[in-house]
Amino acid sequence: MTCLEIKNITKKFGDTKVLRGISFEMEKGEVIAIIGSSGSGKTTLLRCINFLEKCDTGSITVNGTEIYNAEKRDQYSDNYIRKSRLNFGMVFQSFNLFPQYDVLKNITLAPELMQIKRKMPDTEKKNIRRQIKEEAYELLKTVGLSEKAGAYPCELSGGQQQRVAIARALAMKPQILCFDEPTSALDPELTGEVLKAIKSLRDAGRTMIVVTHEMEFAKNVADRVIYMSDGIIEEIGTPQQIFSDAQSEKTRAFLQKSNYEF
Amino acid sequence: MFQTVIMSLNEGFLKTLEIFFLTLLGALPLGLIISFGSMSRFRPVKWFVKTIVWVVRGTPLMLQLLIIFYGPGKIFGTQFNIWGTGDIGRNVAVCVAFIINYACYFSEIYRGGIESIPRGQYEAGQVLGMTKSQVFFKVILMQVVKRIIPPMSNEIITLVKDTSLARIILVYEIIWAGQSFIKSSGAIWPLFFTGIYYLLFNGLLTVVFGYIEKKLDYYRG
Repeated sequence: MTCLEIKNITKKFGDTKVLRGISFEMEKGEVIAIIGSSGSGKTTLLRCINFLEKCDTGSITVNGTEIYNAEKRDQYSDNYIRKSRLNFGMVFQSFNLFPQYDVLKNITLAPELMQIKRKMPDTEKKNIRRQIKEEAYELLKTVGLSEKAGAYPCELSGGQQQRVAIARALAMKPQILCFDEPTSALDPELTGEVLKAIKSLRDAGRTMIVVTHEMEFAKNVADRVIYMSDGIIEEIGTPQQIFSDAQSEKTRAFLQKSNYEF
Repeated sequence: MFQTVIMSLNEGFLKTLEIFFLTLLGALPLGLIISFGSMSRFRPVKWFVKTIVWVVRGTPLMLQLLIIFYGPGKIFGTQFNIWGTGDIGRNVAVCVAFIINYACYFSEIYRGGIESIPRGQYEAGQVLGMTKSQVFFKVILMQVVKRIIPPMSNEIITLVKDTSLARIILVYEIIWAGQSFIKSSGAIWPLFFTGIYYLLFNGLLTVVFGYIEKKLDYYRG
């Protein structure tokens, strides 16, 4: 089943065309890795999908429903955009945990704000809070940080912070989870734990888009790999096709520069 | 004599405290609203607010007190003297002038604090489906508070001392109370003694701000 359909997305910043027509589809449960050099538009693409930027042309369709079409961009209310965003989760390169809250609160804050209404009776509020908390503990377990629920972000290593960020994104139950270079801000010895967490999500059947510089990871974890260059998809295919049998000269040059051994 | 002086100074200091607390009560929230105005993406609002902040910060508070208190009556005629002739009117006028003045200073501190929060914090809140106000009040504000405590404590300590300007429109605060003994008994020490009041109160404030800073020290970032 097609879960996400991106059609002809373009985005300009001033006179710079960062995205020059991006289209692809992905299936439910599929993992797509996006690779490419800096400035190729990978991050901007993710940001457009999450509505952190509004693309200039193109449309985004989730589960058959068009949730965004650039032709109607001025008609969308803030509230509509906010709700549409919930189809997607986002994990940032720099984690962006909320420093003033402990790990548990980082995860439960958004679900509580979403689900608890002021007018609810107290018992109902309590029940929802308890349930959200239980789910948060469950998520912490999946990222292997159960014992850190009471810690503050500044007390965690980068890898731990990023795993909390993953749990936080999952708490909103997104259909599709996006990662923007999740290991680029980490010390080399800490990337493994984050990649392992992402891998275990794949094994659990999560639909994910991962922008990454980790070629080995893209090769081993992704179902398909997109190579982006100059704001377009230069090549898309299975890891096998991209890494062993790239059709495009540019793709091969990029992989060689990335010290990827064929 | 000593007892009379102390009684009199206490009375004046009570007024000082009254101006101080009422100003904080009004200027802290008003400053936040003004800071939103000066960060507005709607240009006319932004420039209007920035002009007001410029005027208020660019002229002496003493002059502002005089204009706000005497202005309406002297410029537009006595029937426009909104402050009346009693003490209450004077006190209200003082508070209005102080609140406007300090709100403008606070607004710039708020603005600095708000703009120092990385964009990623807003975006993290946004992608989790929070509304703009939820992002501001649940994610941003606490971090802003932590960052602005030092400049705020500076400004608030200045406010304690600035209350002495209120005497220019005949509000009986502590400096006036102290000075009046020069006329009545030739003693100057009561005036000097007012310094002790300021010192003690500002010492207390310093301790309070230190406590708040320590309270917020449980996290970094």
